[in-house]
Amino acid sequence: MKSIATKKVIVLTGNDAVAEAMRQVNPDVVPAYPITPQTELMHKFAGYVSDGDVKTELVLVESEHSAMSAAVGASAAGSRVMTATSANGLALMWEIIYIAASTRCPIVMAVVNRALSGPINIHCDHSDSMGARDAGWIQLHSENAQEVYDNVLQAVRIAEDTDVRLPAMVCLDGFIISHTIEPLEVNSDTTVQEFIGDFRPVHNLLDSDKPFTFGPLDFHDYYFEHKMPQVKAMEKAPNVIESVGIEYGKLTGREYGLIERYKTEDAERIVIALGSTCGTAKATVDDLREKGEKVGFLKIRCFRPFPVKEVREALSGARAVAVLDRSVSFGAQGGPVMMEVRSALYGETAPPIKGYIYGLGGRDINPDHIGQAFDELKDIASSGKSSDET
Amino acid sequence: MKEKGWKDLAIGGRIDEAGCAEKFETGSWRTFRPVRDEEKCTHCLRCWIFCPDSAIEVKDGKVTGIDLDHCKGCGICEKVCPPKIHAIDMVQESELSKEE
Repeated sequence: MKSIATKKVIVLTGNDAVAEAMRQVNPDVVPAYPITPQTELMHKFAGYVSDGDVKTELVLVESEHSAMSAAVGASAAGSRVMTATSANGLALMWEIIYIAASTRCPIVMAVVNRALSGPINIHCDHSDSMGARDAGWIQLHSENAQEVYDNVLQAVRIAEDTDVRLPAMVCLDGFIISHTIEPLEVNSDTTVQEFIGDFRPVHNLLDSDKPFTFGPLDFHDYYFEHKMPQVKAMEKAPNVIESVGIEYGKLTGREYGLIERYKTEDAERIVIALGSTCGTAKATVDDLREKGEKVGFLKIRCFRPFPVKEVREALSGARAVAVLDRSVSFGAQGGPVMMEVRSALYGETAPPIKGYIYGLGGRDINPDHIGQAFDELKDIASSGKSSDET
Repeated sequence: MKEKGWKDLAIGGRIDEAGCAEKFETGSWRTFRPVRDEEKCTHCLRCWIFCPDSAIEVKDGKVTGIDLDHCKGCGICEKVCPPKIHAIDMVQESELSKEE
């Protein structure tokens, strides 16, 4: 293993960070259609294409349905494929994101999280990617531009791993991350190329010596059997995500796991979130720790597959837990993250859990809001009971 | 034939064989059957060009029949047959089965 490469710090927006990672990956094909807040990302990457900085075939399609269709086609033809979208664009891809997963095309897609209509809104929440949580894609969530950059590079390795071979979404909060300029460390182009390695196609439709049928009809006889390998690949993914995270850590000094525990070891009250809110929550924990309060924060980096074992372990000592969801699951028993966490703890000696919905349509969340959740957890911890009300 | 288990299947639902649609008989989907009048047919091969299921059988440049195991009865052959010739008629399968 090479030692940590010379550090280079540059200032980029979250969108630029994805574009920079994509430039370094130099994918064979990128089919793209613009949508706010993803537009700048592809704008920047299109510049790399026209300047000849990458050898990528940029396919400008007429809709996101076509973008994902072209991505599946290019992947089946034996190409390394990347793309990006947001909200309504992801919704228009819907049919094909399931096909990308079931045909095992290791496409990497940045999802710049934006509220899914309606009323129409362009700002951040997680209703777009949370809606896609059952599509069979790996989902990595990013706290800031640095993690966006690091997650995109790792997603390529994870998606293409022979044990996995599933498409992967790298989620970043619209505007809050995508349009905010931050300093971040980038790797050298050579480091990235060595880390991701040569693309080993899952399918190679253009090999006329070995013809095969791609995407055929599947009825009651085999459809069920074709779902099982998808389930198994998802089960193998956590080990791969962890080992890629460790390897990336050795290379860059920034190691990644499925979750990140922030001062949870002796914490009695723990708040859970994903995305850019993680930074706000950590700052809140720091403030409360200074006042002597035993509080901690748990970041879910990998939402699909959901890290059940790790979440259980991280919450084993807590007396009360709050889960912050940036999307609503209408008619459900709380937000999507809360339901996952509560299910993970079922049958364990579990602390009471309180769910919160916040930040829909880009509404700000600040340390006071998270402080309020920690305050409410005091009562819940002492009574040992939470309410079903989210 | 014993069906395969999930571990025996190729990745991503693909079939490691080309042209296997031929093995999947779709003729039972048909409501209308193309009935060709051999006397009228001029073998212009328009039906052969346009058939989406390659169900028009041709030998030595002549139409020899219609592959009813794969013809879904879309009726394109009837539409593209030159009107003055009108060698193909779409006939309801239920009518034909009565006759048969």
